Amino acid sequence: MTAQSVAPTGLRFENIDKRYGGLFALRRVSFEISPSECVVVAGRNGSGKTTLLRVATGLVRPTAGKLSYPGRTSEAAANGRPGYVGHSTMVYDELTAEENLVLFAKLQNVPDPSARAAELLIDVGLYDRRSSVVRTFSRGMRQRVAIARAFVNRPSVLLFDEPATGLDPLGISWLAKMLATVSRAGCTVVMSLHGESEISAVATRAIQLDAGSVVADTHSGASLHAILTCGGA
Amino acid sequence: MSLLSNTATLLGKELRTEFRSRELLTTTVVFILVVLILFSFAINPTAEESREFGPGLLWLAILFAASLMLQPCFLREQTNDTLSSLRLAVSDPFAIFLAKLIANALFLLVTELLMLPLFAAFYNVPVLPQLPLLLLVLFLGSLGVSVAGTALSAISAQARMRELLLPLLLLPLLTPVLVVSATVSVSLLDRDPVVQWKGIAFLAVFDLIFLTALWLFGQYLLEE
Amino acid sequence: MAKRALLAAVAILLVIAGAYASLFVAPTERTMGLIQRIFYFHASTAWAGETTFFVCFVANLLYIWKRQPKYDWLGVACAEVGLVCITVVLITGPIWAHPVWGIWWTWDARLTSTFVLWLLYVSYLLLRSLIDEPDRRALLSALFGVFAFLDVPLVFFSIRWWRTQHPAPVIMGGSGSGLDPTMSKVFFFNVLAMHVLAAFLILERFTLERNRHDIDLLQREAEAQ
Repeated sequence: MTAQSVAPTGLRFENIDKRYGGLFALRRVSFEISPSECVVVAGRNGSGKTTLLRVATGLVRPTAGKLSYPGRTSEAAANGRPGYVGHSTMVYDELTAEENLVLFAKLQNVPDPSARAAELLIDVGLYDRRSSVVRTFSRGMRQRVAIARAFVNRPSVLLFDEPATGLDPLGISWLAKMLATVSRAGCTVVMSLHGESEISAVATRAIQLDAGSVVADTHSGASLHAILTCGGA
Repeated sequence: MSLLSNTATLLGKELRTEFRSRELLTTTVVFILVVLILFSFAINPTAEESREFGPGLLWLAILFAASLMLQPCFLREQTNDTLSSLRLAVSDPFAIFLAKLIANALFLLVTELLMLPLFAAFYNVPVLPQLPLLLLVLFLGSLGVSVAGTALSAISAQARMRELLLPLLLLPLLTPVLVVSATVSVSLLDRDPVVQWKGIAFLAVFDLIFLTALWLFGQYLLEE
Repeated sequence: MAKRALLAAVAILLVIAGAYASLFVAPTERTMGLIQRIFYFHASTAWAGETTFFVCFVANLLYIWKRQPKYDWLGVACAEVGLVCITVVLITGPIWAHPVWGIWWTWDARLTSTFVLWLLYVSYLLLRSLIDEPDRRALLSALFGVFAFLDVPLVFFSIRWWRTQHPAPVIMGGSGSGLDPTMSKVFFFNVLAMHVLAAFLILERFTLERNRHDIDLLQREAEAQ
């Protein structure tokens, strides 16, 4: 899960707007995340965190502004989108855990998809349930499959939208350790979280959103603790 | 080429999913059967009339069945937002459409093949003599239904009242397919069969035009 | 404001003049008599409807390319005005056909493709009413509009080539073919009048849609507060 096969890549938003029918979901959002940084995006519900992450994946086209991945080679651009864990699991309930991961591995031209799937399932602790259809999984197990799916193509940028959802305390510890490991290995991690936790402790930087605008950034001197605790539920 | 391999992978997924549940196939087969039977109750045709009107009614039944069968096409990708993971994973979004439309065309064809013996019996239409050409017409017509239907199902999945909307969008659009497929089928299954190559070519052109339109505009259908 | 009033006046004047010409200037047709005069109204409206349909298609393409709301407003304006034109054509057609040929309807190429066009316009407007989010609505209806436009020639030719075994009266050939010169002039004058009227109605509808959009935006901003 951790071996990086591509150069470390950053994330740059330049004056990104996203409007839905005239209303701003994101308003002149600008920041630069350096390769290997681990960043928390905080803010109240509806502040634009999910939109920001989905724009960063390329799933949502910004209305204005420019998105780029500094440091990404053209080979990486051809092969790897960011790894993304959203609010939904983004896997097929009617396929087994293994089939899901093999599917996404094949689609992204990962060499030896079956081996990669097995590797990922071992990493997330689901290897013994690899032949069960995802429909039979608990919420926490589904989240693990979702996380495994995000890592299939060994991305250098990871985008997580409230990744602790559905995980029990043991799962949260595991996730925190995993994030720390991939961050050390050179992955750029951007995640939206509520409040302080074992997971936010991995972060080295935080950005706060309010009504679609960036209102605080630890890069400009704001306190990490303040940002994390400022955005209430 | 990545588009082809992505399409093959996704096609495999579509087929595997359907093979496991067989929901689409069984419901579509039963639906066409019911419609064909109801037609003969409503019209009470003589043996000769059956032969004349039968193929047209078969195509009408196929169209109705398809507008129901195509509903889940993109709806099932909304349940867990798998459409997003597909969009992130494939190099060309057209692969998503290509895989779905091929799968839908195959499902339709299998349904039609299963129905053919029953149709031949109920409507007194001997299908064996012209089977190869009939299969060609079924294929080209079903492909047209599938291409248009897959595209429109991507649209209706994003609107309200989608169960009613898809047939309303699809059926007027498929008028050429209905007219030509029915006419060519009727003349193929006539006592003195005539092969209407112009009609067969027309169906191929229809398929090509909409396939090209889908290739050009498909990515916008999937946008957020 | 003054420009719109002027356009309205011009449109109304042209239509009235066209109607007058149809009723009193054009010579009476030999075989069909008085009822034939409805042709000037019927066919000119049909032409206006076809032009409107084409403009709708262009607006759809422009929206997909540029994503500017004004193309969406133009698209819906053209669709609604076009639908009115087509409805008029489908009503006046039988009114003309019945006294002359004794039938209310026939499935010839032109009539059938007009009817399918009507259905497609209705579907386009229905689709719009079922999508709430303005940008989604604009994009998806534009895409459907493109598919519908590509379909209409296919409908026309499929009927023309494979449904002609039914007895089909030739509806006035191609409009203007073999027409008496005065009739021709009256016809093209009516075509002009109908196009100006359509342009006026489209402009009004466009303005209405733009205003709706602005109000909707203000409302949503207020709600978000």
